[in-house]
Amino acid sequence: MAHGPATLADGWVKYASRWLFTTNHKDIGTLYLWFSFAMFILGGSFAMIIRAELFQPGMQLIKPEFFNQMTTMHGLVMVFGAIMPAFVGLANWLIPMMIGAPDMALPRMNNLSFWILPFAFAILVATLFMEGGGPNFGWTFYAPLSTTYAPDTVNYFIFGVHIMGASSIMGSINIIATVMNMRAPGMTYMKMPMFVWTWLITAFLLVAVMPVLAGAVTMMLMDINFGTSFFDAAGGGDPVLFQHIFWFFGHPEVYIIILPAFGVVSQIIPTFSRKPLFGYSSMVYATASIAFMSFIVWAHHMFTVGMPIAGELYFMYATMLIAVPTGVKVFNWITTMYKGSLTFETPMLFSIAFVILFTFGGFTGLMLSIAAADIQYHDTYFVVAHFHYVMVAGAVFSGTAAVYYWLPKWCGKMYDETMGKVQFWIAFIGFNITFMPQHFLGLAGMPRRYADYGLQFADWNMVSSIGAFMYGAAQILFLFNVVRTITHGKPVDKPEVWEGAEGLEWTVPTPAPYHTFEKPPQVK
Amino acid sequence: MQTSHRTLLAKLLALAVAMFLFAVFVLPPLYDLFCEITGIGGRTDGKYEAVEVRVDTSRQVEVQFVAANNAEMPWEFYPMEYSVVVHPGESRAVNFFAHNTTGEDMVAQAIPNVLPNNAADYFHKTACFCFDNQPLAAGEQAELGLVFILDPDLPDSVNTVTLSYTLFDITDRTGLSISQIQ
Repeated sequence: MAHGPATLADGWVKYASRWLFTTNHKDIGTLYLWFSFAMFILGGSFAMIIRAELFQPGMQLIKPEFFNQMTTMHGLVMVFGAIMPAFVGLANWLIPMMIGAPDMALPRMNNLSFWILPFAFAILVATLFMEGGGPNFGWTFYAPLSTTYAPDTVNYFIFGVHIMGASSIMGSINIIATVMNMRAPGMTYMKMPMFVWTWLITAFLLVAVMPVLAGAVTMMLMDINFGTSFFDAAGGGDPVLFQHIFWFFGHPEVYIIILPAFGVVSQIIPTFSRKPLFGYSSMVYATASIAFMSFIVWAHHMFTVGMPIAGELYFMYATMLIAVPTGVKVFNWITTMYKGSLTFETPMLFSIAFVILFTFGGFTGLMLSIAAADIQYHDTYFVVAHFHYVMVAGAVFSGTAAVYYWLPKWCGKMYDETMGKVQFWIAFIGFNITFMPQHFLGLAGMPRRYADYGLQFADWNMVSSIGAFMYGAAQILFLFNVVRTITHGKPVDKPEVWEGAEGLEWTVPTPAPYHTFEKPPQVK
Repeated sequence: MQTSHRTLLAKLLALAVAMFLFAVFVLPPLYDLFCEITGIGGRTDGKYEAVEVRVDTSRQVEVQFVAANNAEMPWEFYPMEYSVVVHPGESRAVNFFAHNTTGEDMVAQAIPNVLPNNAADYFHKTACFCFDNQPLAAGEQAELGLVFILDPDLPDSVNTVTLSYTLFDITDRTGLSISQIQ
């Protein structure tokens, strides 16, 4: 398409084929981002149903069976449908522009890895309307809940997970090939922007652990349909084996979600501090060591399975060790801001909130890493509060920051700053009202994944639900602001949208043309 | 496609396939091996061939028996003696009682577990109903036999060993009729 992308003016067929058959990294990035936002709204509406039911004790709106499906689907859709594709979308848009490459290394595979994703989620969500209902065993799908006691639709769930795993593996192979083979002359590894570094490491994590997830669901499939007993004690298997395999995937998975978020924040904070990132090389080494350590701490998710004391101590100390490289990162972000000429545009607000709230979530993670204490906290709302502080205030806040930060470059128009700031404060306050009380509920002993609770938990649950509705409303405002920017935004024409922004993506015209860096730039 | 892309793609795909095979074919046996070596999870070994008898009469160990039904398994299932006192090295036979209370022919499988974990390696079964599955016709009763020896090397800290059996319904799994098994 040397003549440029088809627009609506060329007719529907041409316009639809452009998106269906596109191999352009910017088009595919856009598709990923819109898809992930749609999934974010879907997963968010599941969360609203959960919080509406938990607004008061007793059963009001939905049946407990449906509640279980909602908690499961909320987790699955948010992790695999919203957060991961959002960062893959950012990677598609930004990595070629940041390293001076004309496109991704494997453009046709790029198209395939996106277009199988909607099918995976269509299959997954369709189970909600089938007999027996959707998956109801929690997003961690522990056997035998997900095998012996699962609804028949579990086979659709397994198929869906296989497809999304294939999509992730292809996406990450593409990113690795792009970063390793297509950097502009002079762009050495230690000159790459932090976002590219974090994504390169994340992509390796994905290639290593997504097949393990595929293996886990394949074993489930065999147990359910072909009479094997990997996880069935009656046939000599062991349900605890499932937990080990799941978390061998699952722990690297949480870093897969958060590392690109670290990368985004490491791009934004220097821009609005008007200072280069403090301790660039220590950032790179910290990211790499976090990624390595993510493989050797998985059993801290299962302190209650009856591990020997030596195992508990090992996993406890190894987990605590991760706080060291993470601390290095937080230190570097704060030191980047120190004595900088700070301004507080919306992306910067979200990034600062990220640093504060992610650190807070990291501290509750340290509390949970203490094996003796974890036995008390395990499967309570304290855990729910902890991982929403790192997943929502971590990954989602940084994703929002990224959209505001690069949106002017993508569409050539400036978003409404006031509306952005209003959205930030509603989201920030709403988020804390939602999840701060869940720490108290968890410490008081409220278990997670139940449709009802004791009367003593009523007040904080009501507060939490009100916060959740607030946070949900902020996302509608976000959608409105983005759409309005695209249709009515004030045009921006200088390449460097932000005063202090560094990097190759700010050297191309605004909005970024359909093809960039067809001749590689020279990086000094 | 450039050659450099092609080799990288091949390497990364090979890594992905290797990780899948690792998860399905290496991790489960590795886990079993690990549990067997360390005795974690209270797993007992298979059939034990009794070697020279060296009964340690200076020591007495209490062995307790626990029987439980998994999920909705309807059988009556209990040890006929709840505990026995043995010397390490001594061979001892005990019986469990099972009764298929339903009107259907069923097949069961008992899965053993030993506590404390560090005793699991020293609990030897020379004969056990758990080595095979247990078919019982509708309403049938049976006494299921177990012969065990505690290894004389049992750690000194262990004075009581608990052997528990969980009985699983595997009728659907076997797909065989009772007559075929009996």
